[in-house]
Amino acid sequence: MKITMAHGSGGKATSELIAGIFAKHFDNPVLARMEDSAVVPGAATIAMTTDSFVVTPLFFAGGDIGRLSVCGTVNDLAMSGATPKYLTCGFILEEGADTEELEKIVASMAQTAAEAGVTIVAGDTKVVEGKGGIYINTSGVGFLPNGGIVSSANCAQGDVVLLSGNLGDHHAAILSARMSISNTIVSDCAPLNGIVSALLKDNVKVKAMRDVTRGGLATVLNEFASASQCCISLHEDRIPVSDQVRGFCGILGLDPLYMGNEGKMVAVVAKEDAQKALQCMQGSQYGENAAVIGEVIAGEAGTLLLKTDIGGIRILTELYGEGLPRIC
Amino acid sequence: MIDYKKYLMEYDGPSVRLMEVCGTHTAQISHCGIPSMLSPQIQLISGPGCPVCVTVTSYIDRLVELCMEPGTVVVTFGDMLRVTGSNQSLNDAKAAGGQVQMVYSPMDTLKLAAADKTKTFVFAAVGFETTTPIYAMLLKEAIQSDITNIKILTSLKTMPPVINWVCEKQGGIDGFLAPGHVSVITGSNIFNELSDHYQIPFAVAGFEGEQILTAIYALVRRQGKAGVMNLYPSAVTAQGNETAQHAVEKYFMPCDAAWRGMGVIADSGMMLREEYRMFDAGSANLNADHGAHSGCRCAQVLTGALKPTECPLFGTGCTPQSPQGACMVSAEGSCYNYFVNKRKR
Repeated sequence: MKITMAHGSGGKATSELIAGIFAKHFDNPVLARMEDSAVVPGAATIAMTTDSFVVTPLFFAGGDIGRLSVCGTVNDLAMSGATPKYLTCGFILEEGADTEELEKIVASMAQTAAEAGVTIVAGDTKVVEGKGGIYINTSGVGFLPNGGIVSSANCAQGDVVLLSGNLGDHHAAILSARMSISNTIVSDCAPLNGIVSALLKDNVKVKAMRDVTRGGLATVLNEFASASQCCISLHEDRIPVSDQVRGFCGILGLDPLYMGNEGKMVAVVAKEDAQKALQCMQGSQYGENAAVIGEVIAGEAGTLLLKTDIGGIRILTELYGEGLPRIC
Repeated sequence: MIDYKKYLMEYDGPSVRLMEVCGTHTAQISHCGIPSMLSPQIQLISGPGCPVCVTVTSYIDRLVELCMEPGTVVVTFGDMLRVTGSNQSLNDAKAAGGQVQMVYSPMDTLKLAAADKTKTFVFAAVGFETTTPIYAMLLKEAIQSDITNIKILTSLKTMPPVINWVCEKQGGIDGFLAPGHVSVITGSNIFNELSDHYQIPFAVAGFEGEQILTAIYALVRRQGKAGVMNLYPSAVTAQGNETAQHAVEKYFMPCDAAWRGMGVIADSGMMLREEYRMFDAGSANLNADHGAHSGCRCAQVLTGALKPTECPLFGTGCTPQSPQGACMVSAEGSCYNYFVNKRKR
């Protein structure tokens, strides 16, 4: 069945869509009350965030827009040290969107929410004219039992930088789909709250954490270096990138350090906790390939350095523009 | 084995200025942090080897004009979108209703043209010896498949004449890191005459960091002497890829060409042969070159007379976000590379 303007009318077609797809998959007691707002237990300090998802294609190797929309918000909450609890979701559907595809997306959201331990407590649907596109906004609330402890401004000389796994998988998977390139690259789209809770449970002194999404690792660490007024040095040979993604980047002239990920995080921790942090990451789901990739050193404040494979030193700035493929 | 890294770091002989001609080398030199591995006595200078960078403004203006014509779609590589002509870029024209399609390969034009016969698809055919054979393939396929709604706007260039221009008009170069991709097609022999004439060594280099370092080492050791050293023998032969050369000869012939900031250089370009001129979208006489900003020093930067950081606009009036010249747009442009890697040398 195709979505029509009637599905956004607020009338019979809307309630059928809600019952047939959203309520069916997101089923929980809070949502089932179908009130104007969700009333839920809280905490003294909460983290809140919101994110919109507009990816094409809607389905790609390793995920879909639904899984992405849950992971994106869950990860943003987790990176402030919060335990993600509740999500809301807003759907903007273009006329002509396919309800079977929509149901697959919603089922994927429900499954990912269950995996991440969050409840989808409210939602909204609008239909607009268009060509069958599907867009999702999710907002989330997480609980912060000890108040805020991590901040990009906390990094100091001697601290160690850890990365939770291979760079570039999501970006390469999406680009492969768009360019009809066959390979076995799979998006890394995943909730990272498991890794974060392992770090916090083991009392690792985490100074700063961030999921490595658009802009890539170099952009995130430039933000840390700038906010903390410190110099961060990375070792190119310790940064994990799969052989297949490395080859893909070589052909298209892309740099994994600037590629987007959807299931990777970087953490800056106190030096004495480096090994403990590495074990926490490697022992958690989605952190198996974690590595210590650099450290905060004495040097020009606000600078990110890369010691290259061949022994050179390159300054990495934040991402400018898009990484466009080479032309000669 | 000689520790060439140690040699390059500790070199204290006469000062040498080496030019890397290819934009891919420029980008890779930045990526690998090679300047940090060289003695201050060894200077690397970027040459006129980024195809987008050497394009004159009248070519961009013609693309802008074409995309605004009803029934015409300009098809292009991504780098070309943001380069400003006399006053507009293709991106500006697109926002104003122009029809522009970005692709990753010229061959994608075939699919676009087959899918919509009501429009003419004009590919922005820029590039050096490396890229021209792909345009020959595009024309061959279009003719074989009887696709008639494809044209190309050419700004095709060849390397030896511009290297000659740099040596003759400017001088001060002690060695050339010869372009690896170009050499795959042309063969390394193409640089023999230049090397002999100017008594300057050429090293044909691959694109890995170690390969580039080896080539720099070879050039420093051979300074003051002629000779073309092929250090990329896995891909480059003396004669080059003759199949590709024949394909190019079939469709294209040499012509004079305008280079950004350098003016027209005799026999430094390629244009469609008379019998294939029906595929041309108006490439003749696109020689005018008026930078959008009078302070832009692209010309001197492209020929190595100025370092990117010596341009008065660098980093202030000209950044990757609001570029004044093409060298700050392309990922292979020297200004872009100096800016995003904060290169000082």
